[in-house]
Amino acid sequence: MHAKRRVFDRFRTIATVGALALLLTVAQLATPAIGQQSQHVVVKGSDTIVNLASAWAEEYMKQRPDVSISVTGGGSGTGIAAMLNGTCDIANCSRRWKQKEKDRAAQLGITPVEHIVAYDGISVVVNKKNPVGALTLEQIRRIFNGSYTNWRQVGGPNKRIGVLTRDTSSGTYLYFQEHVLMKDDYTTSARMLPSNAAIANSVTQDRFSIGYIGLGYALTSDVKMIKVKKSEKASAVTPSVATVANGDYPISRPLLMYTNGQPTGAAGKFLLFVKSPDGQKIVEKMRFVPLGK
Amino acid sequence: MKTNKQGADWWVRPGLLVCASASVLLVTAILISLVREGLPALWEVPLSSFTSTIWRPISFVQEQFGIAPLFVSSLFVTLLAALIAVPLGLGAAVYISHIACPLEREILKPAVEILAGIPSVVLGFFGLMIMVPLVKSVFGLDSGLCALTGSLLLAFMALPTIITISEDALRSVPKNYIDASLALGASPAQTVFRTTVPAARSGLVAASLMGMGRVIGETMAVIMVTGNAIEIPGSVFDPVRTMTATIAAEMGEVAFGGVHYHVLFLISVILLIITIGTNWIAQYVLRKSRIAE
Repeated sequence: MHAKRRVFDRFRTIATVGALALLLTVAQLATPAIGQQSQHVVVKGSDTIVNLASAWAEEYMKQRPDVSISVTGGGSGTGIAAMLNGTCDIANCSRRWKQKEKDRAAQLGITPVEHIVAYDGISVVVNKKNPVGALTLEQIRRIFNGSYTNWRQVGGPNKRIGVLTRDTSSGTYLYFQEHVLMKDDYTTSARMLPSNAAIANSVTQDRFSIGYIGLGYALTSDVKMIKVKKSEKASAVTPSVATVANGDYPISRPLLMYTNGQPTGAAGKFLLFVKSPDGQKIVEKMRFVPLGK
Repeated sequence: MKTNKQGADWWVRPGLLVCASASVLLVTAILISLVREGLPALWEVPLSSFTSTIWRPISFVQEQFGIAPLFVSSLFVTLLAALIAVPLGLGAAVYISHIACPLEREILKPAVEILAGIPSVVLGFFGLMIMVPLVKSVFGLDSGLCALTGSLLLAFMALPTIITISEDALRSVPKNYIDASLALGASPAQTVFRTTVPAARSGLVAASLMGMGRVIGETMAVIMVTGNAIEIPGSVFDPVRTMTATIAAEMGEVAFGGVHYHVLFLISVILLIITIGTNWIAQYVLRKSRIAE
């Protein structure tokens, strides 16, 4: 009886140790799961992309409640600066990195990897009461570099042209300067506004101003989109998802997300979702141009 | 018991000394870091670029750092704000200090304090939504984003400072001056404008200067409503970009340690010198007026 008791005790000890070990193992297995729960992806940069990225994040967080994604704007330059400072996982850019920025990244041991996530048209916009409906690329260039200062010079009324641009931290500013102004400087009388929304708002209020905004913003704003002719003889093309996709509309560019090195973990999975058919459906819904079109 | 008390007290003096010198240390630290980052600009940028009237920090052709348009814009907007705020503020101070009945004073003084407490970004938003369309329609302009709108907002911000300090100065006019004036047969209005106001003169000058010192360093409100075209303004209806707005708009994306970066710091040094100078003159005038009494 006594011996039996002792065996039982020993058994109990073994069982306890075993249970403890099991518990520890489970706990250890569970740790990564707990880590996953606090997975947080910080996305920062281009104001052009910010609404699209927020829509992606919202949809993705519905599918994966264990991941949280925060999206903020501020301009492509702001996103790049955040990546260089290590304060974001994904930098949204509406332009490619400048050489200076790449050099700085190399110094800091950061390797920016580019992902094209959608395409965007840039729409030149005017007030709805402005009679001018179509411009050639050359006319647009001359308006923004200051050679033309009166609407009469492009077939409009005898009124001063109020040129609006984004400020210098905007990727759209640089893209437009490089590809439409052909690297000319903007006219010094251009008013610099901090966002797509500010430009749309200003154009809605001011009858004789002209500005440029992302196609997605233009389609949903109360403004008139200028039809663009590649040359004097070419036909005028209305900016739309279809004309950007088939290349007829000349002012368009890729929207980019940058990661430090090949993306892994939560940021990598988020990017896979962004490029997936589900993600690209959102691109269309937000009036940008999806990949592979 | 006595020694115990002294023992507990030994830290009071050095402790409070640390508190008192914290702000002095902070100012010194700020000054040193600004100067250290700003001075290199003086030899990195050729003098011809500094003295030009073109501010073009990003260009594919030729970068130029002409500070004149920014400097003139800041001065222009500030003086215009003074033109609006000083008469308004002094009038209000005279009324509150010498004419208002106690009940009116009970209402007016807290109202002024609330105005002082409104964050400038909120005021800027108010400006963008209400003042900009208002200025546009009242003066029949193409756009309400101009120097005048900025000055109006800045005037609102300077008012509480001007009113509070000049009210103080007006109240400290000795009562026997007023009694003597009334006894000589002067009407109450004559007494206020011929006796009280002249007696408080230097206090009123100091109040105005301090209001201006507050205004020239203001950023958020002006960046939202002045239109930000970088040119020397020809009229109050031209868009301007102040030194503060330039720093705020461009610091976010500037290449760390580059020429542009150093120039922005140099601008902040200039701003600091102006602000400290204005405050110093105001303090001097104020002290002189106290001694005169």
